Amino acid sequence: MFNWISQVFAVTQFSMRSLPQRKGSSAAALLGIAGVVAVMVGVLSIAQGVLKTMQSSAGDTNAIVLRSGSDSEMMSGLSGDDTRIISEAPGIAQIETGALASPELFVIINLPMRSTGTDANVPLRGVQATAMIVRDSFKLVEGRIFEWGLNEVIVGTGAQQQFAGLDIGSSIEVGQEQWPVVGVFEADGGLSESEIWVDAAVLQPAYRRGNSFQSVYVKLDNRDAFDEFKDTLTSDPRLNVKPMRESEYYDSQSTTVYNLITGLGSIIAVIMGLGAVFGALNTMYTAVSSRTREIATLRALGFRSGPVVISVVSESLLLAFVGGLIGAGLAWLAFDGYRAATLNWASFSAITFAFDVNVKLLAQGITFAMVIGLIGGLFPAIRAARQPVAQALRGL
Amino acid sequence: MKYLYLLFSGLKRKKLRTGLTILSIMVAFLLFGYLSAIRQAFDAGVDVAGADRLIVRHKVSLIQLLPQSYEARIERIEGVDNATHSTWFGGIYQEPRNFFAQMPIVPEELFDMYPEFVISDEHKAAWLETRSGALVGRGLVDRFGWKLGDRIPINATIWGKKDGGRTWEFDLVAIYDGAEKGTDTSQFFFRYDFFDETRAGGTGQVGWYTVRVSDPDKAAEVAAAIDAEFANSAFETKAEPEGAFIQGFANQIGNIGFIIMTIMSAVFFTILLVAGNTMAYTVRERTNELAVLKAIGFTDSGVLGLVLGESLALTFVGGASGLGLAWLLVSMGDPTNGSFPVFYLPTANILIGFVLIVVMAFIVGIIPAVQAQKLQIADALRR
Repeated sequence: MFNWISQVFAVTQFSMRSLPQRKGSSAAALLGIAGVVAVMVGVLSIAQGVLKTMQSSAGDTNAIVLRSGSDSEMMSGLSGDDTRIISEAPGIAQIETGALASPELFVIINLPMRSTGTDANVPLRGVQATAMIVRDSFKLVEGRIFEWGLNEVIVGTGAQQQFAGLDIGSSIEVGQEQWPVVGVFEADGGLSESEIWVDAAVLQPAYRRGNSFQSVYVKLDNRDAFDEFKDTLTSDPRLNVKPMRESEYYDSQSTTVYNLITGLGSIIAVIMGLGAVFGALNTMYTAVSSRTREIATLRALGFRSGPVVISVVSESLLLAFVGGLIGAGLAWLAFDGYRAATLNWASFSAITFAFDVNVKLLAQGITFAMVIGLIGGLFPAIRAARQPVAQALRGL
Repeated sequence: MKYLYLLFSGLKRKKLRTGLTILSIMVAFLLFGYLSAIRQAFDAGVDVAGADRLIVRHKVSLIQLLPQSYEARIERIEGVDNATHSTWFGGIYQEPRNFFAQMPIVPEELFDMYPEFVISDEHKAAWLETRSGALVGRGLVDRFGWKLGDRIPINATIWGKKDGGRTWEFDLVAIYDGAEKGTDTSQFFFRYDFFDETRAGGTGQVGWYTVRVSDPDKAAEVAAAIDAEFANSAFETKAEPEGAFIQGFANQIGNIGFIIMTIMSAVFFTILLVAGNTMAYTVRERTNELAVLKAIGFTDSGVLGLVLGESLALTFVGGASGLGLAWLLVSMGDPTNGSFPVFYLPTANILIGFVLIVVMAFIVGIIPAVQAQKLQIADALRR
């Protein structure tokens, strides 16, 4: 057994040392694999970015109430009375000014995207003072909060970056009116950062909404309070609503986009991977055939076929690992944190997010590279080991 | 002829290597074709948008409605041929992931406005006779396996009914086909008169207008005239060409074109490396043989042509089969199970694919070919 292991070491070392002689073809295989991994990690980081935005939107103890049958705020509708009844439900955390329930209005407004100049459906949210307390992560980073009752707005950092005309001092046009931007806020990377906020009492008449809202966000005493909160609301005959945990709600919001990108990204990665496998096979077959005599000599000296197989496979794996590392690194450098906007189909409104190249993706990319390397090395290795010694020695 | 024979014997020399190189080139072109189809799906409609049609919507946002009375006012504007309205219904068929567009529209106007929808006269007549009738695109009909006469329940998310219900039932009485490959046949139309009298709120209000101009060259002026007509009213408008409207929508999803171009560049760069390396190797390995060819009278340019020809044969076989495979894969259906309104491989992209094949063959082959051309017989034979 020891002999076998030392054989493995010897042969592998031997093949690694001869690697520089095959620079060209090895580099081609390596870069090929790097390309595949870079594309795969890059595309999937879009999906991860959207997912991360949604997940960091959800407060741990928060819940959202929509009209039953609606899947997003856009389609929901609640009367002023509904929102009052909801805010009286048990389980909602209390502060001096009352329950931590935030009735909100959600509409969109056309603003040009900085990147293309074409219009985007930018979410415009009408809020009351509680909105900023219910969302733990809300933080004003520039300017001030709008004056309640005035036509002023504050904008999320994501919205400010992606859409034109949202700097402090400029104003957005809503019908005949100009609404000045007076502040910029952050929300821990969450969905709110894509939005523009305004006093709900200002937004209602501007969009002819009377005294109606679309959703109520609440902060509960603790996670377990949700069941009672939910049961109270769903059994109240005056209401026809659907309470959800925020985590659940945001998950459902991102499913479509996440699945679409992940699905397409995986198809592309698999097809590209196939191309890289052919490239790696070519490289390794060439490597093996150029070393036919060496390998045959080793075999003649008494080295067994196992170590020969392992040496070829480990060479291929090494190339793949380095390629994967380079590809993943490139993707991380190029894409991580890159900000973009897309359309959230569920709410028909724009969301801004940052590409997220996380450790899981990097590991996935390198694993994929190793799989390519394994397949690319295995068949040539078997051929090398099977070659009849006498014939190989005579062949050249 | 002799060249062709030599060319093939060159390729047959290492069958495995030739095969693997062809396969990797095939993969590159398979991706090229497939990604072209995906890009086309995201940009759906931009190509086939009517050059003579404008979309007029509420200036502030698409979700705000416009009065139905605007139709007559728009039609009075000079240069306007016809105007009709649509409204986003946004209902759900069974479950949210079965997303498709539903719109109430005036049937006669639809027949006139969208010549790309091919509808038989019987179907037209049936729809005009049935108030609760629906006109559905072929693609959508196939997606859910509906047939004529089916009653299709759709749950309203925006438009409640006067009787308090939220489930609207429509009778499938007419089906339309697309006149072109890119025509969106995933839409569901029903009658505006039925919609307006059944909905609980918003009576007399519509989503947006589609306007046909008499002279496409004057579309921009007509659009400006429409916006001017409603400026300073309670419902200001934004008019733009249909193509620009659809492009704007596609842009919102993201810069798909850029992402796909980036992926394509990575793919071709990779394959170029692999194939180029193989060609270089092949030539190096055959230095002797090439020298013999030259010694027996083949010209320098003949040898150059031979190597380039080999490269072209490789990329052509790989590229053409890749494009063919892409076409096959695309016609097998869309990977999102019906979320794309159209999914097909545009002819233009197939042509671009073939141009790419030639370009790639040249890039891959030129360096080894020149090396072969410059080979000194005496030197090479001595090696």
